[in-house]
Amino acid sequence: MKIMVLVKQVPDTWGERTLDLTTGWVDRAATDRVIDEIGERALEVALSRRDANKGTEVVVVTMGPAECTAALRKALSMGADSAIHVLDDALAGADLGRTARAIAAAVSGTGFDLIVAGNESTDGRGGVLPAMVAELLRLPHLGSLDSVELTDSTVGGLRSTEHGTATVHAALPAIVSITESLPEARFPSFKGILTAKKKPISQLSLADLGSTFAQTPGTVIRQATAKPPRTAGTITVDSGTAAAELAEFLIAARLVPSPPTR
Amino acid sequence: MHTLTEDQAAIVDAVRSFATSALAPNAIEWDQTKHFPVDVLRDAGELGLGGIYVREDVGGSGLSRSDAVLIFEELAKGDTTIAAYISIHNMVVWMIDTFGTDEQRERWVPGLASMDELSSYCLTEPGAGSDAAAITTSAVRDGDEFVLNGVKQFISGAGASAIYIVMARTGAAGPKGISAIVVPAGTPGLSFGPNERKMGWNAQPTRQVVLDRVRVPVGNLLGEEGDGFTIAMKGLNGGRLNVAACSLGGAQWALDQSIAYLRQRRAFGQPLAAQQSLVFAIADMETELQAARALLRVAAQSLDDGDADAVALCAMAKRFTTDVAFTVANSALQLHGGYGYLADYGIEKVVRDLRVHQILEGSNEIMRLIVGRSLLEDSP
Ligand SMILES: Cc1cc2nc3c(=O)[nH]c(=O)nc-3n(C[C@H](O)[C@H](O)[C@H](O)COP(=O)(O)OP(=O)(O)OC[C@H]3O[C@@H](n4cnc5c(N)ncnc54)[C@H](O)[C@@H]3O)c2cc1C
Repeated sequence: MKIMVLVKQVPDTWGERTLDLTTGWVDRAATDRVIDEIGERALEVALSRRDANKGTEVVVVTMGPAECTAALRKALSMGADSAIHVLDDALAGADLGRTARAIAAAVSGTGFDLIVAGNESTDGRGGVLPAMVAELLRLPHLGSLDSVELTDSTVGGLRSTEHGTATVHAALPAIVSITESLPEARFPSFKGILTAKKKPISQLSLADLGSTFAQTPGTVIRQATAKPPRTAGTITVDSGTAAAELAEFLIAARLVPSPPTR
Repeated sequence: MHTLTEDQAAIVDAVRSFATSALAPNAIEWDQTKHFPVDVLRDAGELGLGGIYVREDVGGSGLSRSDAVLIFEELAKGDTTIAAYISIHNMVVWMIDTFGTDEQRERWVPGLASMDELSSYCLTEPGAGSDAAAITTSAVRDGDEFVLNGVKQFISGAGASAIYIVMARTGAAGPKGISAIVVPAGTPGLSFGPNERKMGWNAQPTRQVVLDRVRVPVGNLLGEEGDGFTIAMKGLNGGRLNVAACSLGGAQWALDQSIAYLRQRRAFGQPLAAQQSLVFAIADMETELQAARALLRVAAQSLDDGDADAVALCAMAKRFTTDVAFTVANSALQLHGGYGYLADYGIEKVVRDLRVHQILEGSNEIMRLIVGRSLLEDSP
């Protein structure tokens, strides 16, 4: 079985994340860059399948600037067999639609059985990329799975909804996206780190993906403004009526339901 | 500046992310509650920390001593006690990998390298510490078995370990009469004293190991009868490098905390960092740690290269680094004022933990003995 895992390099979730106000893009230089943790969990899904089934091939796929090689190397050191890096300056600032088209083109024709992705990235938080890739590839999509059951010909799992859980399944090939309910990824081993260097990373430019990608993105960021600074809140000094004032404040801000009228 | 190879940098990076995510956030809690985190050690095994310089065919990582000191320095920044236990475990695993037969290696090393099973090094006795050749625990041959009797003192990991390498007397008095024998947990007659109450190293157990007519097959002997003392001492060369690296990492962490603290803490209308005497203090701390690091790396290289002076260099590096690192950690506590004395800041724990590194793996007096004797023997 061949499993493709979509990973994304993002600014460290624990650091200060900022936008470059001239481009409106995430400022990649401002913090450490790491593989999105949800992408690591997606990789873990594929690696644990391989642990139990020899002959499983795991390929990590990313689109992003040259620095993303570090994220791919980490994924390779965790155990992925090879990597695909969609890398082209013309893709800088690509919107979700364009990104999905690039990824779909990169994976199509590789003969994969399953694509695993995280449900949403910690930087863009679009949460729709896996579904878009599925649409473009005309494949079934099981989104936001809390568990993944994989057989030789099917994939399934549980999805939490507002009202309960849904048990979903699809025939392979298919695309699934997973939530943080799935286990954390393993640590890369020293042996993995030393062998990762020898594993292949194939770089694909726009030209390699085919002519359809020459088109311009569907959306462009025209303007970005910084979040206004926080202003000081209301301070209630207790002069005997603080409790009532506090309740009124919370009700006015709709932070608690208003009391029933008598 | 000693530059790391690309591989070493990647390995240190991986250890850093393990130490900062799996160790550092828990270190104070484990110390306060005396919790030995065997589950986290298993994760460490996944990384390859269970058999750092053990051959790969039995699950080791196949790295060098020079790699190991980098690894232990980084690991200790997360938790000095856990790093130090992993150091002892590596000593044992290396002894089996190096002196064991293929059959013994295949039987014991894979489980130890993955840290699914832990191990203990049993040399010290109530009546024999520095003078380790004076041990009295006996192993008497009875048919196809050895029968062991005696008490081992201060054994790290005891009670939690699956494998005990016991140095026991099989022959005459002195070092040549000692053999190294593997005793698995659960062997009838093997029992443990209570967990010692101690100044530091609280996140790992230290217990007596009591051997009362413990029978193991003769196949559990490492090397030949009488090789035990040499095997035990060879294990300690690496152990000394690693425990020194643990001291270095702990002290470096304490220095890093102090630098941040001097910038942030204000007194007399300005940050502490504006006080020249405190600036001098951190300058000396850094200088001494760099000197220790340089010596430690030379010693590790000498062990990798099998140099004739490797034993003396390991002893020098152990003595110097553990002394300097303790002083630095203690200075870091002073720089933190009263807060340094509180458990929540983690500094007092490092001071307590590093103190014992001057005593064990051969006390620093014994290190001087080794170095001094090597000088007198070498000169005409
Ligand atoms: C927390 C902890 C964990 C330990 N873990 C282990 C373990 O896992 N396995 C194990 O086998 N042992 C272990 N030890 C034992 C440790 O190695 C010994 O404590 C150490 O070797 C010193 O022996 P001793 O305590 O008997 O001191 P002694 O040998 O009685 O020495 C007392 C003092 O005299 C000094 N001294 C002794 N002889 C000389 C001399 N000839 N010249 C100058 N000074 C001398 C010593 O340096 C020391 O300062 C551990 C100890 C501790 C505290």
